[in-house]
Amino acid sequence: MNCDDARKLLNPYVDGEMDSAGSLSVESHIQQCASCLSELERLRALSSVIENGALRFNAPSHLKRNVLAAIRAANPGAKSSWFGWRWAGALASAVLIFVLAWTAATQRARSSEDAQLVNDILASHVRSLMANHITDVSSSDSHTVKPWFGGKLDFSPPAKDLTEQGFRLIGGRLDYLDNRPVAALVYQRSQHFINFFVWPLKGNAASSESQLSRQGYNVIHWTQSGMTYWLVSELNPSELNECARLLRE
Amino acid sequence: VVYAGVGAVREKENRLFDKSELTAFNEAVLPHLDAAYNLARWLSRNDHDAEDVVQEASLRAFRYWKGFSGRDCRSWFLAIVRNTYYSWLRKQSVQPELTEGGELGDVDGGAPSPEAVLLQNADREMLRSALEELRVEFREAIVLRELEGLSYKEIADISGVPIGTVMSRLARARKHLQIYLTNASTGNPL
Repeated sequence: MNCDDARKLLNPYVDGEMDSAGSLSVESHIQQCASCLSELERLRALSSVIENGALRFNAPSHLKRNVLAAIRAANPGAKSSWFGWRWAGALASAVLIFVLAWTAATQRARSSEDAQLVNDILASHVRSLMANHITDVSSSDSHTVKPWFGGKLDFSPPAKDLTEQGFRLIGGRLDYLDNRPVAALVYQRSQHFINFFVWPLKGNAASSESQLSRQGYNVIHWTQSGMTYWLVSELNPSELNECARLLRE
Repeated sequence: VVYAGVGAVREKENRLFDKSELTAFNEAVLPHLDAAYNLARWLSRNDHDAEDVVQEASLRAFRYWKGFSGRDCRSWFLAIVRNTYYSWLRKQSVQPELTEGGELGDVDGGAPSPEAVLLQNADREMLRSALEELRVEFREAIVLRELEGLSYKEIADISGVPIGTVMSRLARARKHLQIYLTNASTGNPL
């Protein structure tokens, strides 16, 4: 790959829009080309500046009310007054159900000894980003990542490749959580890293599921077939949920 | 009799959705109001206009709702917001700022780190003006990609252009932003 080709691919590369073969060819070019590497650094710097710039506008609270009113006014059948109440009622119940579910999920995680574990998991996630040591084995190929764990752990972690679904597998790492060595699979979604921790459930542990946000990080936890799974990222909850769904499939 | 018949049909068409359809619209579209407002706000660069656009777009979305069978409601709604903005703009007969700032020469790939550092120092106001001064189609691409985190495919669907166009718009937009921010940080006039 020459510089012209590489330059064209740097934007999609930074945006996580390339397949693993394409990513690898960009990476191998960059290792040999200081000029393209610096262009890549500039692109990344720009993205992080924009991301940290708090540039997103949120809809003012009266806008939702105005929208509902406008929809009501535009529909002749909507004259009767119960309509608005019904809608408001539906919205209120949806909000209530959401709040209750969220509280229940959060409390379940808090109430038990999970609280300490959640802290450890968050700390591990943050450390992996800070220390620039996110992967021990770097590869977007699940057939490279999975065998790497062989002999290092007493179980075989899943290493699903979700590149096509927008979550690029970038590697794996050994970590230590819940008083045992665990597998950490690392995925990337645009600029965001996702740590996916996996280890076997203790013999008597009940299955559980929870979801919470702390310090700007989102955590999704579930158990399945005797294994416990924790997904952590600063990625927004809906995209992280999508990732969880794909991993559970 | 004929008129009454037509009237009855029209009455039926205009009738409100039943409760489940309303709830479905409500749950599918309203969560994207922030994204809609953000897009409209960056396109129009003005609070008041953005609210008008979102309100009008929500009405359109409500009217088209029965015909919408796709799965990606956010992209669908954002496409309506975008189209509403452009037709609103035509109505205002204000031209979008199509002032082509001239083709930018390639920034030489030489000393990278100082520029990256300068970029890091760009403050929020500077960033805001840099984005506001972009051509509207570049601004649209950056907002959808960087602020809404959408994929190239989703942006292509919303903007009604091929993915290749999204890619080149993003590349050019970023080049413009880099140059603007680097010049602004060093105090050079543009």
